[in-house]
Amino acid sequence: MGVTLAERILARAAGQEQVAAGDFVVADIDLALIHDIFAARVFDLLTEVGVDGLFDPDKTVVVIDHLVPAPTVEAAAVHHRIREHVSRLGITAFYDAGEGICHQLLPERGHVRPGMLIVGTDSHTTTYGALGAAGTGIGTSEMVYALATGRLWFRVPETIRFELTGDLLPAVSWKDVILYLAGRFGADGAQYRAMEFAGPAVANCDMSSRLTVANMALEMGAKFGLFAADEVTDAYLRDRGGTGCEPFTPDPDASYEAIHEISLSDLAPQVALPNEVDRVVPVEDIEGVTIDQAFLGSCTNGRIEDLQAAAAVLNGHRIAQGVRLLVAPASRDVLQEAMKTGVLESLVDAGASILAPGCGPCFGGHGGLLGPGERCIGTHNRNFIGRMGSPEAEIYLASPATVAASALAGRIADPRRLEVVGAE
Amino acid sequence: MQSDILRGRVWRFDHDISTDVLSPGAYALDPVEVRRLHVLESVNPAFAPGVEAGDVVVAGRNFGCGSSRETAAENLKALGVAGVFAESLSRLFMRNAIAVGLPVLVCAGIHETFADGDHIEADLASGRVLNVDNGIELHSDSLPEEMRRILAAGGILAVLRDQGKR
Repeated sequence: MGVTLAERILARAAGQEQVAAGDFVVADIDLALIHDIFAARVFDLLTEVGVDGLFDPDKTVVVIDHLVPAPTVEAAAVHHRIREHVSRLGITAFYDAGEGICHQLLPERGHVRPGMLIVGTDSHTTTYGALGAAGTGIGTSEMVYALATGRLWFRVPETIRFELTGDLLPAVSWKDVILYLAGRFGADGAQYRAMEFAGPAVANCDMSSRLTVANMALEMGAKFGLFAADEVTDAYLRDRGGTGCEPFTPDPDASYEAIHEISLSDLAPQVALPNEVDRVVPVEDIEGVTIDQAFLGSCTNGRIEDLQAAAAVLNGHRIAQGVRLLVAPASRDVLQEAMKTGVLESLVDAGASILAPGCGPCFGGHGGLLGPGERCIGTHNRNFIGRMGSPEAEIYLASPATVAASALAGRIADPRRLEVVGAE
Repeated sequence: MQSDILRGRVWRFDHDISTDVLSPGAYALDPVEVRRLHVLESVNPAFAPGVEAGDVVVAGRNFGCGSSRETAAENLKALGVAGVFAESLSRLFMRNAIAVGLPVLVCAGIHETFADGDHIEADLASGRVLNVDNGIELHSDSLPEEMRRILAAGGILAVLRDQGKR
């Protein structure tokens, strides 16, 4: 019997010939990620339990990205403690405030390779599945255990395979695909499961889009959201100065819990309605709802391709009166690329406020929170009650193109119908 | 050593209770004494002030969905919640609950079997769940032994301390 990607990775990490869905394994961790919300706590706890060194400082990455730049005195003090710990523990892979969002930096700076088992103190650690790595979130106590021992228990997940066919229509993106899947299969549609994204459509899916999809696999409850490594992966790794990769695939006779064949040819732009990621409708069903804020950024859609898609829609026009457009590039590299290519200029000319690369508004931390009764449409990954500030605010999730079209119109708008521009 | 049998008064919640509701981002850096006061306040403001040590949470599908923040489980434990029983649990919440020593059980049918204020009796080892008030008994999968071992030790950090001593 063949194995799925998840089984292949966990068997290798556990040092076993083969494992099957349902098995419990203790596996070696290839990479551990900690960000600023939890890093100080994790390192304090390590000391508290009497551990004074890491299992491998070179396999530990620390990123200050959530509270950037420090919005409070407390946050600044926490960052200071993190820097002290990082230096004391000999961690070299440290990205300080302003470098970017962890899930952008780890792939971008070459930390992620196909076949790795990666844990992070962040739910969206599934993002690394875009490169064929099994990434998944854990909590602080488990991170302490992983950093001390280099190992952690895992239940080998069942895998649901998505065979995707067809070409996306213009103005439709892979954000729309993953929103559609969340709507169709539900926020717990892949609970505890690994998702494998495959089929002819995936061969044409660039790395930026794969990162978007794997990122939001978590919003369906997935433990991993995996793409087999192929030419796209190989090219992405080489472009960043790394060595390329061999194809890394599941066996053709692997055992799946379910296989869904889905054509993407007719897919419309999708919007998730407040307050659940799986309340998803085609944009035409919700067009016209007025908005106060539009947010372009996050680990889901803050890459250069996303900024370019938004700039193409804005296309020299100004956003609607009374609407705030916030843009947070996912990393310094993305910001620089946007600067060099004129994308940044387009965004600012259209009326956007540019935030420091980081997570701020997406998790309701700071820098663009919503007041009671306000409405935001954003490219991020969650629209739960209170996610961006007031529990009485409403959050809609969509693609960069839909968010940009909506910012122009002052109301939720279909990016396929750009006559909305200047309509109000 | 924690027993596998749990008894308590029920606070009932619906589906998709997220970590943003269990541990709002605005209090992310606050100490647990502050964080626990805001647990579930946006869906039931009476919960945090009213919950007593030994009470349990019963919920619908996908409880604890959202972020990796362990404070979602830690806050409930700090309020004295003795266990969480749901139609389904988010994977991260389940791991974190076990890691901080908060018993959890996935139990089909539980959401409609219990009302606020009912009393529950549950056996983590066998998966038997009883509504003491209406006599309805449910059977869920038991908690895997690996998880019960971590719970019995009082959480994964206690396991780590024990390993250090050996």
